[in-house]
Amino acid sequence: MSSPKSPRLPEPDRPWLMRTYAGHSDARRSNELYRRNLEKGQTGLSVAFDLPTQTGYDPDHELARGEVGKVGVSIAHLGDMRSLLHGIPLEKMNTSMTINATAAWLLALYVVAAQEQGVAQDKLQGTTQNDILKEYLSRGTYSFPPGPSMRLIADTIAHAVTHIPKWNPINICSYHLQEAGATPVQEIAYSICNAIAVLDAVRERLSTSRGDHGEDVMDRVFGRISFFVNAGVRFVEEHAKLRAMAQLWDELGRERYGVGEERHRRFRYGVQVNSLGLTESQPENNVYRIALEALAVTLGRSARARAIQLPAWNEALGLPRPWDQQWSLRLQQILAYETDLLEYSDIFDGSRVMDGLVAQLVEGAREEMSRVAELGGAVEAVDYMKGALVASHRERLRKIENGEQVVVGMNRFTQSEPSPLVAGADGGILVVDPAVERECRAAVRRWRDQRDPDAVARALEELARVARDEHENLMPATIAAARAGVTTGEWAQALREVFGEYRAPTGVGEAAALPAEGLVELREEVERISEALGRRMKLLVGKPGLDGHSNGAEQIAVRARDAGMDVIYEGIRLTPSQIATSAAQEGVHVVGLSILSGSHRELIPAVLEALRASGADQVPVVVGGIIPDADAASLRAAGVAAVYTPKDWDLNRMIADIIALVAQRNGIAATVSG
Amino acid sequence: MNGPPIGSAELAARLRERDTTVAPAVLNLLESRSPAMRAQAEAMVRATSPAALGAEAGAHLIGITGPPGVGKSSLLSQLLAAWRQRDRSVAVLAVDPTSRRSGGALLGDRARIDVDPADRAVFVRSTATSGRLGGLAAPTRAAASALAVAFDVVVIETVGVGQSETEVADVADTVAVVVQPGSGDVLQFLKAGIMEIPDVLVVAKADLGAAARRSLADLGATLHSLHAADTALVAVSSIPPPTGIDELIAALDAHRASLDISARRLHARRMQALADFASEHGERGLRAVGGHRGAERYLAEQDRGLDVPALVRLLEERAGG
Ligand code: B12
Ligand SMILES: Nc1nc2c(ncn2[C@@H]2O[C@H](COP(=O)(O)OP(=O)(O)OP(=O)(O)O)[C@@H](O)[C@H]2O)c(=O)[nH]1
Ligand SMILES: [Mg+2]
Repeated sequence: MSSPKSPRLPEPDRPWLMRTYAGHSDARRSNELYRRNLEKGQTGLSVAFDLPTQTGYDPDHELARGEVGKVGVSIAHLGDMRSLLHGIPLEKMNTSMTINATAAWLLALYVVAAQEQGVAQDKLQGTTQNDILKEYLSRGTYSFPPGPSMRLIADTIAHAVTHIPKWNPINICSYHLQEAGATPVQEIAYSICNAIAVLDAVRERLSTSRGDHGEDVMDRVFGRISFFVNAGVRFVEEHAKLRAMAQLWDELGRERYGVGEERHRRFRYGVQVNSLGLTESQPENNVYRIALEALAVTLGRSARARAIQLPAWNEALGLPRPWDQQWSLRLQQILAYETDLLEYSDIFDGSRVMDGLVAQLVEGAREEMSRVAELGGAVEAVDYMKGALVASHRERLRKIENGEQVVVGMNRFTQSEPSPLVAGADGGILVVDPAVERECRAAVRRWRDQRDPDAVARALEELARVARDEHENLMPATIAAARAGVTTGEWAQALREVFGEYRAPTGVGEAAALPAEGLVELREEVERISEALGRRMKLLVGKPGLDGHSNGAEQIAVRARDAGMDVIYEGIRLTPSQIATSAAQEGVHVVGLSILSGSHRELIPAVLEALRASGADQVPVVVGGIIPDADAASLRAAGVAAVYTPKDWDLNRMIADIIALVAQRNGIAATVSG
Repeated sequence: MNGPPIGSAELAARLRERDTTVAPAVLNLLESRSPAMRAQAEAMVRATSPAALGAEAGAHLIGITGPPGVGKSSLLSQLLAAWRQRDRSVAVLAVDPTSRRSGGALLGDRARIDVDPADRAVFVRSTATSGRLGGLAAPTRAAASALAVAFDVVVIETVGVGQSETEVADVADTVAVVVQPGSGDVLQFLKAGIMEIPDVLVVAKADLGAAARRSLADLGATLHSLHAADTALVAVSSIPPPTGIDELIAALDAHRASLDISARRLHARRMQALADFASEHGERGLRAVGGHRGAERYLAEQDRGLDVPALVRLLEERAGG
C-alpha cells in the first residue's frame, strides 16, 4: 500500500454529495423526478421552488399569475410537502432547499412532514438557503424589510442549533453575487460581510431572547454556517478564491467570535458552478465550461466542495429536461469515480502560484470588507454593494463587447454547423404544462376547504402575536401553523402585515457614466431625435411579474442612460398595471420589458393590455430575456416591436435599434441628413 | 406620444375642472422645447394663471429637499399614502440629475415611491435637470403651478442638493429640508447662515436610533439659538413601521395655514419669470436688466396680477430697451 512518502492518500476520499437542482410543476411530479434522479446515483436532493412559494404567495394569488410551478415546484401547504417527500427516506437523505424569505416556513413544513414519516428533528440533514442579504443584492425573492428578515434568520438558526442540530439553517451565498457580475474579490468580501451580519444578529438575539441556549452556543452556530459558492471558467483563480475564503473564515471564527474548536471554523461549502457565462450561441460548448468549472471546486483537497450541483448544456435556452440534468450528473460521477482526483492530498500544497493568488485575493477582500464595515456593516451597505455589483457587471459586458474577454462561439469563432441538440420538436428544453397552474389553484382551494378553520385562525393569530413580540422565537409558532394546515401565502401574509414589505435598491443610479467608447454616434443620434421630439428621449425599463433576474434590465437601463436617454427603471417585481401606469405618467417614448423566468407568454400580453387601458398604447414595446423562438413570433404578432435574447450580447446594437424604433414611430428620419 | 396631443385650451379647461388624468399631457407639453409646443405651453400657463382663475391655485405646494440618499423619496412614499388616507389628491414632481458625460439620466426617485396604479388621484413624474443648477428641472416651476390647479397637494422632490441649491424655496409654499442623522452638515450650514432656515426640518431614518435622537436634539438647540424655535422639527422613519408621518403632515399643514398665500405665490411667480428669463438669455441678459437684484426690484414694481409669461416679456422688453 502507500508508503509515508507517497503522494497518495491511504484511502481515496469519499466523493462529495451529488445533487441536481430540480423541481417543477406540482409536488407529485417533482417527487417522481427526485426518485428517478436518486436511482441514477444522485446522493442528495436539491429542491427548486417556484417563485410564488419563494416569495410567499399561494397559487391562486394575483401575483402568482403565470408563475405557478414554472421554475420550480409549488409548495402551498403541508399536504404538498408530504407528496414531495413521499417514499424518500428522510433519515438518510440530505436535502438542500433553495428557499430564503420563506425559509422558516419551508423548514417547518419539512420538519412536520418528517415527523409524520416517523423521523425526528435531530435526525434531519440538509440546508435551507435562508440568506436574505444576497436576495436584496442579486436574487430577488425577498419579502420583508431587512430588520425583520434578519430576525427571521436569527430565529431559524437559534432554533436549529438546539432542535435540528445536523441541519445547516443558512447557506451564505456567494454564488448569486458572481451571477450578478461580482469579481472574485467582491464575491469573497460581500459574502463574508453578509455572514458577519448574520452572526452578529444571532449573537444579539441569543443574548436578548428568552430560553437557555447552552454554553458554547456561538461555537455551534458558527460551525453550522455553510456557504454556497460559485466557480467560473477561470478555474485556477476560482480555486484560489475558495482557499482565500477558507482562510478568512477561519480567521473570523477565531478573532471575531472566539470559536475555539478548529472543526467549528472549517469552511464548508456547496456549489453550483457558473451559469452566467453559459451561452445560447453554440450551447454544446457549455459542457466543457461546466467541466472546467467543476475542477475549480474539486481539484484542491483543502478547499474541496461538500456538495455539487451542475447546470446543463442548455442553461441559456430554458429549463433543463431530465436527460439534460442526467448528462450533468454523469460529469460529476466521471470526475469522482473515473479520474484519480480523490486519491491525493492537496495538490496545491506548497504551490507559489496558488499561495500568491490566495494572498492577493485575501488582501483585496479585506480592503472591500473594511469599506462595508465603514458603512455600518452589510445590512447598511446593501445600496453600496448593489451599486458595486452593477458596475462590475457593466465592466464584464464591456469587455465582452470589445473582445477583451473571449467567449468562444459568441464573440469569437462564431462559425458553426447547425446543432443537432436543438433540432428536436421541444427545442431542447423543458416546458411546463400550462394546465399545472390551474390544477394548483384548484388544489389549494380544496385544501383550504378541508382543514379546521378555527385551528388555522388560532395558529395565524399566534404567529402574528409572536411576530410583534421581539423577544420570542418565530419557529415554534411557524411549526404549529404548518401542522394546523396554514398555507404558504397565509403564513407570509400574516408576517407582511406585522413586518411590512420592502423594495431592494436597483443599483443603477450609482453607476458612473461610461467613457465615450463606441457611444459617440449613439449620443449624437439621441440628441438629434430628442430635438425632433421636443424633449429628451425617455425609456422605461420594466420587470413584470415575480421574476428577479435583473442583470439584463439593469445593464440596458445603464447603457441607455450612457447613450443619452432619460431612463426610468423601478426594479423587479412589478405588476403589468404598475408598469403601464409608470409609462403613461412618465410620458416615455418606448418601453423595454425584461423577463427571464419563463412567464413572458402570460405577462407580456398583460402589459400590452394594461398599456392600452392607460392610454399609452402608441408607445412601442420591446422585450428581452429567455424567450424561445416559437414564443418570440407570437409576441411579435401580439404587437411587440422586437424580441432580444442572450445571443444579442451587443448592447450598443440593441440601443441603436431602440433609438431607430422611436424615430420611426414618431415619423422622424432615421439617419442624419446634412 | 400617448395619443394625439390635447390642445392647450382643453388641457387648461380640464385642469380647472380638477381632472387629474391630464397631468401626463400637461407635463409632456411643458417639457417640450419645440417652438410650436412652447407657444401652446404659454397659452396653457396663461389659462391657468391666478388672473384667469380669479384666485390662487388651491393646492399646497411643498418642496422636499436634502442631500443625496437622505431618504426624500422614501419619505414621500409614506406621505403619499397618508395624504391619500385623508383623501387628498397628490402630484409628485421628482427631479434627478443629468449625467454630464452622456446627457442622459437615470430617474431613480420613482422606484422608491409606491403608487397604486388604480388610483387616479396620484401622479408621479420624473424629470432630469439637463445640467441646470439649483435643484429643479426647467419645467418644474411651471408644472407645479399648473398641477396646483387640479391637485390638492403638489410636491417637488429636488435633486439631492448641497446648501447652495435651494431654488425650490422660490416655488413652494412650504419647504421641508430632510437631514441625515449623524451628519452635521445642515447644522453647520444653518449656523453659518449659508442656508436659510427652512419651514420644516425633518430628521430622516429615525429608526437608526441614537444618531437620529442626537441630530434632533442638536438641531433643536441650533434653532433655539437662531431664534427660530417655532420652526417645526420632526423625526421620521420611512421603513416599516413608519413613524412621524402624521406629525410631519400636521407640521406642513400648520405652516401652510400660517402663510399669506397670495404674497408667497406672487413672489414665486416673479422668481420663476426671472429664472425663465435667465435660462433663455443667460448672464448677458441678466446684466441688461440690472443683474439679479435689479431685476427683482423691477419685478416687484409690476402689477400683481401678471402671469409668468407676461413678466418674462416685461423683462425682455427692459433688456432690449
Ligand atoms: C444570472 C442568472 C441568475 C441570477 C440572477 C442575478 C440577477 N440579479 O439578475 C440568479 C443566480 C440570482 C438566478 C436565480 C434564478 N434563476 Co436564473 N439565470 C441566470 C442566467 C445564468 C443568466 C441570466 C443573465 O443575467 N444573463 C446576463 C444578462 C446581461 O443577460 P440577459 O438578461 O439574458 O439579457 C440579455 C438579452 O436577453 C437582452 N435583454 C434582456 N432583457 C432585456 C430588456 C430589454 C429592454 C432589451 C432591449 C434587451 C434585453 O439583452 C441582454 C444583453 O445580452 C440564466 C441562464 C443564462 N445563461 O441565460 C439563468 C436562468 C434565467 N435562471 C433561471 C431560473 C429558473 C432561476 C431561478 C428562478 C431558479 C429557482 N427556481 O429559484 C432563480 C430565482 C430568480 C428569481 N428571483 O426570479 C432559468 C429560467 C428558466 C426559464 N425561463 O424557463 C434560466 C434560463 C436558467 C435555466 N436554464 O434554468 N439566475
Ligand atoms: N433605515 C432607514 N433607511 C431609510 C429610510 N428612508 C430611506 N432609507 C434608505 O435610504 C436610502 C435612500 O433612500 P431614498 O428615499 O432613495 O433617498 P433620496 O433622498 O430620495 O435619494 P436621492 O433622490 O437619490 O437623493 C435607501 O436605501 C432607503 O432604503 C428610513 O427611514 N430608515
Ligand atoms: Mg429620491
